[in-house]
Amino acid sequence: MTETAPGVRPAGAAAPEGTGAGTEHTGGLWADGWAQLRRRPLFWIASALIGVLLLMALFPSLFTSVDPQAADLALSGADPSPDAIFGRDLQGHDIYARAIHGAAPTLTVGLLASLGTVVLGSLAGLAAGYVGGWGDSLISRFAEVFAGLPFILGGIVILTTFNKPGQIVGEVRIITQVVLTIVVLSWPLAMRIMRAAALEATQQDYVKAARALGAGPWRIVGRHILPNTLAPVLVFATIQFGVFIGAEATLSFLGIGLRDPVVSWGVMISEAQERVADIPQALFFPAAFLVVAVLAFVMLGDAVRDAFDPRGR
Amino acid sequence: MSEPVLAVRDLVKHFPVTRGVVFRRTVGQVRAVDGVSLDLYPGETLGVVGESGCGKSTLAQVLMRLTPPTSGTATFEGEDLFAKRGAALTAWRRDMQIVLQDPYTSLNPRKTVGDIVGEPFDIHPEVAPKSDRQRRVQELLEVVGLNPEHIRRYPHQFSGGQRQRIGIARALALRPKVIVCDEPVSALDVSIQAQVLNLLSDLQREFGLAYLFIAHDLGVVRHLCDRVAVMYLGSIVETGTAEEIYTRASHPYTQALLSSVPVPDPSLRGRREAVRLEGDVPSPADPPSGCRFRTRCPKAAPVCAEDPPALEVRPSTDHPAACHFAEPPHLVRVE
Repeated sequence: MTETAPGVRPAGAAAPEGTGAGTEHTGGLWADGWAQLRRRPLFWIASALIGVLLLMALFPSLFTSVDPQAADLALSGADPSPDAIFGRDLQGHDIYARAIHGAAPTLTVGLLASLGTVVLGSLAGLAAGYVGGWGDSLISRFAEVFAGLPFILGGIVILTTFNKPGQIVGEVRIITQVVLTIVVLSWPLAMRIMRAAALEATQQDYVKAARALGAGPWRIVGRHILPNTLAPVLVFATIQFGVFIGAEATLSFLGIGLRDPVVSWGVMISEAQERVADIPQALFFPAAFLVVAVLAFVMLGDAVRDAFDPRGR
Repeated sequence: MSEPVLAVRDLVKHFPVTRGVVFRRTVGQVRAVDGVSLDLYPGETLGVVGESGCGKSTLAQVLMRLTPPTSGTATFEGEDLFAKRGAALTAWRRDMQIVLQDPYTSLNPRKTVGDIVGEPFDIHPEVAPKSDRQRRVQELLEVVGLNPEHIRRYPHQFSGGQRQRIGIARALALRPKVIVCDEPVSALDVSIQAQVLNLLSDLQREFGLAYLFIAHDLGVVRHLCDRVAVMYLGSIVETGTAEEIYTRASHPYTQALLSSVPVPDPSLRGRREAVRLEGDVPSPADPPSGCRFRTRCPKAAPVCAEDPPALEVRPSTDHPAACHFAEPPHLVRVE
């Protein structure tokens, strides 16, 4: 016992020193956050997955040379084979090729809708929480109007107003419309989260101290309130990314969202739903892509949130 | 003495009590500060003492121009404090700073100590050239007894006492003439309180600061304050030098506060006449008529309900007290 003790001690003594060096940061909030991020395996796994997905979206020809629109009804519902490794759907499309080509519209809708919701909701929430009083009442009541609309009903009303049923619509136009529809119907959620966080942060003593120093409203919001309110909105954004891809699929299923010739995972899932028992691969593969994509963004959001919270280090 | 650096006259701050969401109507006024007058001279410490909810912190907020007054005036070096706007207001903030009560919420958790103590220089860039700021911040940390190498650490890596030192360094950065200390030690452990009070006292000597020192018990401010003002329900009830207040308190409320200060000498225990207060502080939204203290006062008489006593020197006293029956205590001296 006494002989092993000296051997144990240096290790024990070294540990606090090691953590001491680890807590000695060298940069500002962003540099420290990045230094933390680099050390997290979760961040690298998520980044690698997102990298592959982005590559898929930008250069689908790297992954497949098959035309996603090429359909052969004779091969309808074919099982996976060397010819089409994920099998074929009801129309005889190659599921693998469609899944690859579906990445771009899916990710575009998910990312733009998340970004739009968070930016619009955060700005409105920050203004409401910081200004308070009448400004807060005005913004909150306005948001409630949109929050009160059921998503499906709102989506149907907006999208059928702009496009006649059955009308052939260009890819850019329909993606823009779907994104804007989702943003308009979903921003009140982000606004409420941001407003609650901003209300709390505005009451904090460090904001009082900054005002006593003579800090203007932009400095207070930008340097003190925003950094302390971003975490919940960031988490919300990563969760909503998956929800929005699902919402896009719902709109597609109703025939008012993305539609042929645009391929998205949501479109593929909604097409496959009718024949799940006969052609399970038509549902399984796009759903698997969707799950992996959502998981990657949730993991990234988690890692980023933790890295930028000094208290968690 | 010279001219007061800060002179406050009849300061009033009422908060409206409203009902309703869309159609707000005012149903009452919380009289947080109700006619406070005080003078603060350069280099001295004026203690403002009172129970929780007596309006001390509101007084600090109004004087720091964080919330507008309802009425009353205040002058800083002869200039009207509440008339300052824009550049004049920003320039004045260099001369008057505040140390807040809770060191756990007064520092932004996402900024390093260097950023927190350096922020005054960002807001007032004329004070120090950019190249000089890090040196200035490290100097400040050293002055308040912190390791200047900890400039890159975050607030959560410090203890409560160390955090309060960071708050003091931030207030000190612009070399103010007046620092409002809003209960700077009440959130700290007793053993740390003395250290921080000693630091404040050292800094006062070194930089010639004037403190408006807000506290909720007389014991804490005893060694720091030159003069003391005792507040009850938004008004000052007694004011005088530290010696006058601590040895010859003449208002029954001050006497009650003094008898609640613990006595370190066990042989005196039970020998002094304890003045105990009954009941709670009345609501500042509906204060009692006449003298506000009469509902809890052992000396209350019918005249107290009708005639609010003025804060003035009476025949039996040597310093101003707002009580019809002000007289020195018949207590055993706590010395």
